[in-house]
Amino acid sequence: MALFDEKVSSQLKSILSGMKSDIQLAFFTQEIECPMCRETRLFLEEFCALSGKLTLSVYDFVKDKEKAETHRVDKIPAIVVLDSKGNDTGIKFYGLPGGYEINSFIKSLLEASGQKEELPALLMSRVMAIKKDIHIQVFVTLSCPFCPAAVMAAHRLALENPNIRADMVESTTFVPLAVRYGVQSVPMTVINETQKLIGAQPIERLVEAIENA
Amino acid sequence: MDFNINMTAFSTEHRTVPLQSSVLYDVIIIGGGPAALTAAVYCMRKGVKTGLIAKDIGGQVGETSGIENYLGYKYIEGHELVNKFAEHVKQFEIGFKEGIGVSRIIDGKEKSIILESGEQYRAKAIILATGSKWKKLNVPGEDKLIGKGVAYCAICDAPFFAEKRVVVVGGGNSGVEAAIDLAKVATSVTVVQFLDALTADKILLDKLKEFSNVKVLYEHAVERILGEDRVSGVAIVDRKTQKVQELKVDGIFIQIGLIPNSEMAKGLVEINERGEIIVDCACRTSAEGIFAAGDVTSVPYKQIIIAAGEGAKAALSACDYVMRQ
Ligand SMILES: Cc1cc2nc3c(=O)[nH]c(=O)nc-3n(C[C@H](O)[C@H](O)[C@H](O)COP(=O)(O)OP(=O)(O)OC[C@H]3O[C@@H](n4cnc5c(N)ncnc54)[C@H](O)[C@@H]3O)c2cc1C
Repeated sequence: MALFDEKVSSQLKSILSGMKSDIQLAFFTQEIECPMCRETRLFLEEFCALSGKLTLSVYDFVKDKEKAETHRVDKIPAIVVLDSKGNDTGIKFYGLPGGYEINSFIKSLLEASGQKEELPALLMSRVMAIKKDIHIQVFVTLSCPFCPAAVMAAHRLALENPNIRADMVESTTFVPLAVRYGVQSVPMTVINETQKLIGAQPIERLVEAIENA
Repeated sequence: MDFNINMTAFSTEHRTVPLQSSVLYDVIIIGGGPAALTAAVYCMRKGVKTGLIAKDIGGQVGETSGIENYLGYKYIEGHELVNKFAEHVKQFEIGFKEGIGVSRIIDGKEKSIILESGEQYRAKAIILATGSKWKKLNVPGEDKLIGKGVAYCAICDAPFFAEKRVVVVGGGNSGVEAAIDLAKVATSVTVVQFLDALTADKILLDKLKEFSNVKVLYEHAVERILGEDRVSGVAIVDRKTQKVQELKVDGIFIQIGLIPNSEMAKGLVEINERGEIIVDCACRTSAEGIFAAGDVTSVPYKQIIIAAGEGAKAALSACDYVMRQ
């Protein structure tokens, strides 16, 4: 059954027509799919059919172990956003970006394709000055209106600076992970295991937290 | 699976123009909720030079799941209504600045509006429509435990309290809605209500009664929130007997209403003891050329249709003022 009704499909088509360059999505699942893996794959198949600029490759987390390691995928379902040449953009989605999170998914694809507004020069120079490896995990739920903003900010930084990678983590799909980080309210952003930001903070606050990590 | 697409955020079909520091605007509207957006439509149709500055577009409406009392829609999702509002506004060549807040206003014949970034804009008249935000309890333990069991958004955070015990503070519409969302997943929900009755709409109270795991404590107040790294309980006081008891719970959702976003108006216009900007029946504040509308004002009953109506009134009032200058 189609996930998107006609109205949503046509809305998505018109938004995605704003994409500049092509984007490849690498999806990681496994042979006997977990229910959420299957649902996410179906979502991606339908989604990618809405734009000629999107291509989808499906990988097996176990059999394509090397590919998974290259993109540092450590759990499934995982969506990795690659540019037109197949280079990793540092942007990942763990779990299905539905509900409010569809907005961060669309935004990340548009931005990765080159459709983005410039960041203020001062902020940009701080972002580019980040030299150490940074891993950002943004925990969300799909019914959270404030979460996409936190995800978009993290993904934007990943896109700008190759030392930064950023994951959306859908908390109810990865419960043990959410428990491990003590997530009790979303959005919660974890930076390199040490820094935690609670709530949707402006991108400047996120940069500050990275500088302190 | 639902998809709550925020169409206007991605739409390229708009005629808005960037707000400019060099321009003296007739009216600058501050806010992006129903009050501000309605005011924008009215000002643009009157033909005055208009600008709008908003931290976000949608305000509280964007945080609301379903709306069933905005005329013309028997049921509409919050984000959908925001899309419709924004689409309506963005057909105009209005000066637009989104994603940043105003921190200060300097009054005068020509008013200066200073943003958090330091940028400055000028207008002959201002409409303040900055709405309201969640009120904190202001009890010991609250700040320390935010995100560690202290929560303010039940639809966002309910999944983390599956099979857990929670307290909801507040017996109004938002408290009862939160209790309903939580009762579906939590083992027990205790509603702590200050008054001797719940004040939510009957339709919500009927729904609440369907759950057997919900208990209501009337005329009680939360005194402190217990726990070091995470919430372990709450101390509540019986307001009649002054007796204090401790409840062992894993989470506390605070839904005690909203406070007006009126910080920037302090010292500028008269504000009442609740922090609301005092307006007359034409949305005029105590300062000439400064108007206010919606949840940030002393107008009773905070609703979308009321905020929208007040926004229209403030706009007509401001346009009148500008034209008479
Ligand atoms: C969960 C929930 C459910 C609700 N359900 C309903 C319902 O079913 N029906 C109904 O009629 N009403 C409902 N309401 C109430 C209704 O949403 C509000 O009354 C209405 O949104 C008020 O509109 P407003 O424009 O005055 O302010 P708001 O909607 O609060 O908007 C304020 C705007 O000002 C901006 N702002 C704030 N500070 C600044 C600043 N310093 N600089 C620039 N911009 C700033 C904000 O970003 C926001 O855009 C609900 C409210 C909530 C929270």
